[in-house]
Amino acid sequence: MSAEAILSLRGVSKAFGGLKVIDDVSFDIPKGERFGLIGPNGAGKTTVFNLISGVYPIDAGQVVLEGNDISTLPSRKRIRNGLSRSFQNIRLMPHLSVAENVMLGQHSQALGLLDLMTPVGWLPRQRFRREADAALARAGLDIDPGEVVSNLPYGIRKKIEVVRALMSKPRVLMLDEPAAGLNPRETADLAAFLKTVSDQGVTLLVVEHDMSFVKNLCERVVVLNFGSKIFEGTLAGAQADPAVREAYLGTRRVA
Amino acid sequence: MSGYWAGILAILSINVIFAYSIYVTAAAGQLNLGGAGFQAIGAYGTAYATTTLGLPLWAGFAIAITLTAFVSFLIAFPVLRTRGVYMVLATYAFAQVVSGIALYTPALGGAMGKVVTEYVPVWPLIFSAIGVTFLVFYLMASRFGLAMRALHDDELVSTIMGVNARAVQVACFTIGGAIAGLSGALYAHHFAFVEAQYFSPLLSIFVLLFVLIGGTQTAWGPLIGSVFFTLVPEFLRLGGSSWRYVIFGAVIVAMMILRPEGIVTRTLVAKLSPSRWFAKKPVAQEASLER
Ligand SMILES: Nc1ncnc2c1ncn2[C@@H]1O[C@H](COP(=O)(O)OP(=O)(O)OP(=O)(O)O)[C@@H](O)[C@H]1O
Ligand SMILES: [Mg+2]
Repeated sequence: MSAEAILSLRGVSKAFGGLKVIDDVSFDIPKGERFGLIGPNGAGKTTVFNLISGVYPIDAGQVVLEGNDISTLPSRKRIRNGLSRSFQNIRLMPHLSVAENVMLGQHSQALGLLDLMTPVGWLPRQRFRREADAALARAGLDIDPGEVVSNLPYGIRKKIEVVRALMSKPRVLMLDEPAAGLNPRETADLAAFLKTVSDQGVTLLVVEHDMSFVKNLCERVVVLNFGSKIFEGTLAGAQADPAVREAYLGTRRVA
Repeated sequence: MSGYWAGILAILSINVIFAYSIYVTAAAGQLNLGGAGFQAIGAYGTAYATTTLGLPLWAGFAIAITLTAFVSFLIAFPVLRTRGVYMVLATYAFAQVVSGIALYTPALGGAMGKVVTEYVPVWPLIFSAIGVTFLVFYLMASRFGLAMRALHDDELVSTIMGVNARAVQVACFTIGGAIAGLSGALYAHHFAFVEAQYFSPLLSIFVLLFVLIGGTQTAWGPLIGSVFFTLVPEFLRLGGSSWRYVIFGAVIVAMMILRPEGIVTRTLVAKLSPSRWFAKKPVAQEASLER
């Protein structure tokens, strides 16, 4: 199992101001899998994403990507190692256009001074811009790429974030509540789109509260509660598990 | 060209270049209230090189530009350790140090100022302003400029996207320094005189206002801002009102209230852009996912 794991957490812990938010969490994500990370509000799911992407240093343990310990790698270098993510609250650049936001996602693909000095804003037929337009089209986003993103509706912006995260050609794509705030139609479209992404061999790690979305998309889940892993297995297994039911008691999300 | 208009065009050209020097860092999210200090290095650099050392004009410009760029590069490291208002104060303090050095160094003319022998007429100033404007537009259209604007909006996310924030910011300071050095050298050679009092905190405030009132989201901002700030006081002067500074101050406050993100915003440029009038929807490409 761990031989073919693409991303592993090994005994990862993190405290904020003395409060342990992630407590000795370990799991392995097999290459190519669609993996869910679930748990009640405040369980530490977003914090796990922040630790994997290097927003904060970890206190103990290791984050291992394709056999390499990346625990101390600066966050800007992790994307070059095939790790890309979206954010729970939309974090698009509000003053940039759709195409510019998507092209920012290609930044790790830009090599050398020549790429940096290419006037992408003046060349609508340039390679970077064509890739960005094509990626938007594949995601079913029929919008004007020149539109400033802050003018667009929520569901569209949410999807642009996924497209931006894909532009770095990740091997592991981490999505933090990609379906939050989407209507059922948009949610179904997103799941279908993510399956096409997965079919291309991208490993998915998805945090989501929408259990039908998780059921539809994820092959396996890890359940966090108060920063600890309380379950690992199928979603059906999680829903039958007493400890998981206990954790969700009152929220009835898993029931 | 009448002497009056030549004088206005000269100062406008210098202001446009100067504003772009500050804009280059502001566009990446760094506020620089030490503009006068950087401009002074360029002005004194060429004044010393040409008048005291007797070097040719081109060498004076080369020295002014590289010296200011180099000092900006060095100063970027301590300044970039600070944030927000502390960064503003750090750059302000730097400018005070520069003008203090100019004031108390006899070789730089001290409080008496320094006559600069080589004269540069107005046309090279205008062409330089056009050249710098083009250069900054190009920079902002490049992938490097995209990284700058991304940093302005969200440093954390830009970093996760692979942007080397520190390197981009240091580069912006250095490029801004080179442009400020050019504006200072043009000033010195056009007015044939430099004095420390000219490079005052007020000048730093004004040039930052050109940029902020013009707008930091696009390269149009500093151009419109410096035209606005250079021409409006002149028109008010033609009006002959003794209240012109009061009116001008009121206009600035009104601009800040009416257009808090600057006169020119990204959305405004998108609306006015001719290419957008005929904007096509993206064409659906082959369905396969490039990997
Ligand atoms: N930077 C931080 N400083 C201090 N505490 C933090 C920080 N980030 C997260 N926390 C705390 O860590 C805990 C877990 O937060 P986290 O955002 O990871 O939860 P989550 O599982 O993503 O919840 P949700 O489902 O609501 O998004 C919370 O108690 C939160 O207040
Ligand atoms: Mg969260």
